[in-house]
Amino acid sequence: MPGLGVSLGITAGWLTVIVLIPLATLALRPWELGFAGVVGALLEPRVLAAFRISFGGAIIAALVSIPIGILFAWVITRYRFPGRRAMDALLDLPFALPTAVAGLALTALFAPNGWLGAPIEQLTGWKVAYTPAGIVVALIYVALPFVVRTVEPVLRDLSLDAEEAAATLGATRLQTIRRVVMPTLLPATITGFALGFARAVGEYGSVIFIAGNMPMVSEIAPLLIVVKLEQFDYAAAAAIGLAMLLLSFMILLLLNMWQRRLRRGHE
Amino acid sequence: MSITTLSRRGLFAASASLAAFSARAQQAPTLLNVSYDPTREFYREFNTTFASFWAGRGNPRPGINTSHGGSGRQARSVIDGLAADVVTLALAYDIDAIAERGLIARDWQKRLPQNSSPYTSTIVFLVRRGNPKGLRDWGDLLKQGVSIITPNPKTSGGARWNYLAFWAWALRQPGGGAATAEAATAQLFRQVPVLDTGARGSTTTFVQRGQGDVLLAWENEAHLALQEFPQAGLEIVYPPLSILAEPPVTVVDQNVDRRGTRALAEAYLTHLYSEDGQRIAAKHFYRPRDTAALRAAGERFPAIQLVTIDDAFDGWATAQRLHFNDGGIFDRIYRPGR
Amino acid sequence: MTTAIRPAASDSWPVRWVLIVFAAVLATILFLLPLAAIVAEALRRGWEPALAAIVEEDSLSAMRLTLLVAAIAVPVNTIGGIAAAWAIAKCDFVGKRLLTTLIELPFSVSPVISGLVYVLLFGAQGYLGPWLQSHDIQIIFALPGLVLATIFVTFPFVARTLIPLMQEQGRDEEEAAVTLGATGWQTFRRVTLPNIKWALLAGILLCNARAMGEFGAVSVVSGHIRGQTNTMPLHIEILYNEYMFVGAFAVAALLALLGLLTLAIKTLLETLTDRRMGAHA
Repeated sequence: MPGLGVSLGITAGWLTVIVLIPLATLALRPWELGFAGVVGALLEPRVLAAFRISFGGAIIAALVSIPIGILFAWVITRYRFPGRRAMDALLDLPFALPTAVAGLALTALFAPNGWLGAPIEQLTGWKVAYTPAGIVVALIYVALPFVVRTVEPVLRDLSLDAEEAAATLGATRLQTIRRVVMPTLLPATITGFALGFARAVGEYGSVIFIAGNMPMVSEIAPLLIVVKLEQFDYAAAAAIGLAMLLLSFMILLLLNMWQRRLRRGHE
Repeated sequence: MSITTLSRRGLFAASASLAAFSARAQQAPTLLNVSYDPTREFYREFNTTFASFWAGRGNPRPGINTSHGGSGRQARSVIDGLAADVVTLALAYDIDAIAERGLIARDWQKRLPQNSSPYTSTIVFLVRRGNPKGLRDWGDLLKQGVSIITPNPKTSGGARWNYLAFWAWALRQPGGGAATAEAATAQLFRQVPVLDTGARGSTTTFVQRGQGDVLLAWENEAHLALQEFPQAGLEIVYPPLSILAEPPVTVVDQNVDRRGTRALAEAYLTHLYSEDGQRIAAKHFYRPRDTAALRAAGERFPAIQLVTIDDAFDGWATAQRLHFNDGGIFDRIYRPGR
Repeated sequence: MTTAIRPAASDSWPVRWVLIVFAAVLATILFLLPLAAIVAEALRRGWEPALAAIVEEDSLSAMRLTLLVAAIAVPVNTIGGIAAAWAIAKCDFVGKRLLTTLIELPFSVSPVISGLVYVLLFGAQGYLGPWLQSHDIQIIFALPGLVLATIFVTFPFVARTLIPLMQEQGRDEEEAAVTLGATGWQTFRRVTLPNIKWALLAGILLCNARAMGEFGAVSVVSGHIRGQTNTMPLHIEILYNEYMFVGAFAVAALLALLGLLTLAIKTLLETLTDRRMGAHA
C-alpha cells in the first residue's frame, strides 16, 4: 500500500513532539534526587497511602462500571424504547463536560445537604462527599463511558444466530447468556475496564472537590503531585508522576496480555 | 549546578539587552500583578484607582492584569516563567522562593516600608449564628465534637497562618512547649473533616456545603463571606490572641527590567501605601498600616493581641522548614499510628 | 421483530422493562442530575444574571480563547489521527503494536502530569526554558502552552475511532484502486475517505468536546491571567472562587450545552450511518 512513508512520517512527528519528548522529560527529571532519593520520596507513608487510594479507587470504580456499563450497552443496543437515543447521547456526557464542572456538580449533589447526599445519609447513615466513597463516585462518572463504548460495538456485532442456535438446542435464556454472550463479551469488557481504570487513576479535576483531601484517607496521588510542585520540589513531583505512569502502564500491559490470550483461545 | 549558574548568567545578559530594546517601545504599558486568592476584590478596585492616578500624572493609562490562585502555586508560576511585574502574595516565604531563583533581589523585603507589607490581616473564627458551640478562644476548638474547617497548609498560605496562630496560642498556655503544642495541633487536625487546597475552597465547604462548626479564615475573607452570604447565618469571633499576617508585595526585578516597566511597577506598589491605597485596603477588610486610615475604619478592626512570625517563629524560613516542609511537624501529624 | 417465537434468544418483557427502568434510574442519577444541578444553580436568580455573566467581557474572551485553542488542537489531532490510522490499518511495518500502544498512552496519563511535562520542558526552570527565555519566546502561560496541553489530552480520540473501523474494512478496495493506477492520495480521497467519513466526524466531535472542556492540564500551564490566558473551564473556576456562583454555573451550563450539542450531532450522524448501512444491506 502506498503512503506508508508519508503517513508514518506524520504519525512519528506528531507522536514525538506531543507525547514522547514531553514524557521523556518526566522520565529524566526525578533522578536529580539520586536513586535513593527517588525511592525515599516514593516510600513516604503519605505517598504510599495516596497510591493505594488512587489505584484502589480506580480499580473499584472500573469494576463497578463493568455491570453498569454492560447494562447500559445492553439496553441501548438490544431494546427499542422512547428516550433510547437521548440515553445513548447522555452516556458520552463525561467526555464532554469539563471535569471541574462535573466535580462541582457531583459535590453539590452528594454533599450532606445536597439533593442526593441528604436522603442517603438519612436512610443509611453513610456520607458520600468528603469520604473515599465520594472519590469512587467521581471516578465511576469518568470511567463508565469507556466501558459502555467498548462493550457496545461487540454487543451490536454479536449475531443473534449464536443465541438462537443455543436456544434451539434447548438452552434456557440464562444459560445462553452465561455460555454464549458473556464469553464473547469478556475481551471487550477487559479492554473497557482497562481504559476506564487508566482514565480514573489519574483523574484530578472532578475528584478534588468531592474527596475531602485528608492525608492518608482521601488524598489522591495527582493531588500529591500538585502539593510537591507547590513546595517547588519538581523532582519529587516528577518522581510521583513517573511512578504513577509506570504502574498504570504495567497494569494495562497485564490486562492487555490477558485479553489477547482470551481472544486467541476464543478463535 | 555549574550549568545552571552559567545559563542563568547568560539569561541575565540576554534580559539586559532586551531591556534596552523594549525601553523604546512603551506606548501601551501593561502591568501583571500575580497575587493570591482573597485579594481579588481589593485589587480590582485598587487597579482602577491606580490607573487613573497614573494617567492623571501625564502618563498613558496603563492596562493592569491580575492573576489569582493559591499563593504557592502563583509563586511557582512566576518561577516557571509567568511574566509578573509585581507579586503580592500571602507570605514572605513564597516571595523568598522566587528570590532564591534569582528573579528578585535577595533583600527585597527591605525595599518598601514595614516589611514590604502595605496592609496586614489576621486569623479569625467564622462560626454559625449564635455560636452554638461557644467557641471564643483557640482552646475551645479542641472541645469534643467541634468540627473545624481549614485548608491544607501544604497548599494554602492562609492555612499556614491558621496553623501558626494556633501553635503560637498553644505555646503560651501554662506549661506550654514544643511538645504540648505539637500534641494540641495534632488534636486540632484530627477534628478537621475536609482539607481543601485553598482558602476559597474551604469557605465554600463551610458556607455552601454546611460542613464544620468553625472556619479558620483570614479576617478579610471572613468579612467577605458575611457580605457575600447574608442569608447563610454566620458570625465572626475574634480570639483574644492571633497572629499578625503580613502579606508582602514586591517588584519582580528580572521581569520589569526585561519589559521596561520598573517605574510603573514601583509606582503601583508605592501607591498601596498612599492614602487612597490604605483606604481601599481597609474597605476590603485588610488592616491598613497607616494609623489615620486604621482609626478611620473604627470598629471594623477590633484590637486583639497579635504575635508576629519573627517573634514567635524566628521568621518564615525557620517556620517553613520546621513545620511545613516534607518530614516536618505537619507531616508527623498525619503519620499513621498516632 | 420476530422475537416472540424465539423465546430463549430474547428477553421476556418484564426483564426488558426492569432493565430499562434500572438503566434509566442510573442514567438519571449519574448524568442527568449533575446536569440539572448546574442548570438549577445557573438560573437560581433567573435568566438575566445568567445571561449577563455569559456576555460579560472576560467570559467572552474566555470563550474566544477556548474556541481558538480547539480550532488549532483538533485539526492537528485529526491529521495525525488519520495518518496513524492509515499506517496502522492499511500498511505493514515492524513495531505496529508498539505504535498503537503509544498512541493510546495519553489516555492513561493524569491531566496533572500532562500539564507538568510541559512545565518541565518549557518552564523557566525546565530543560528548554533558559533558551526560550533568552529568545523571548513564551510557551507556557501563553497560547502555545494551552494548545500543546490540549493536543496532548485529546491526542488519541480521532486515531482510536478510526483504527478499528479501518482495520475491519480491510485493504481490498484500496488495493484495487492502486492496481488501477491511483496514487496514494487519490486512493485515500476517493476510496478510504468516503468509507470512514462518518466515523471521522464522530471522532473529531469527541475530540472537540474534550478539547473545550479540558481543565486539569491547561490549569497547570495557563497562568490564570484574567481575560488573557483563561479558557472557559478555568474561567468557571475563577468565577466560582469569586463567589459568583450564578456566573460560574451559567458559563458551565453553556459549556455543557456545547458538549451536548456536539453529542447530539454525533448521535445524528450515527443514525444516518446506520440507516445508510441498513439500506445497503
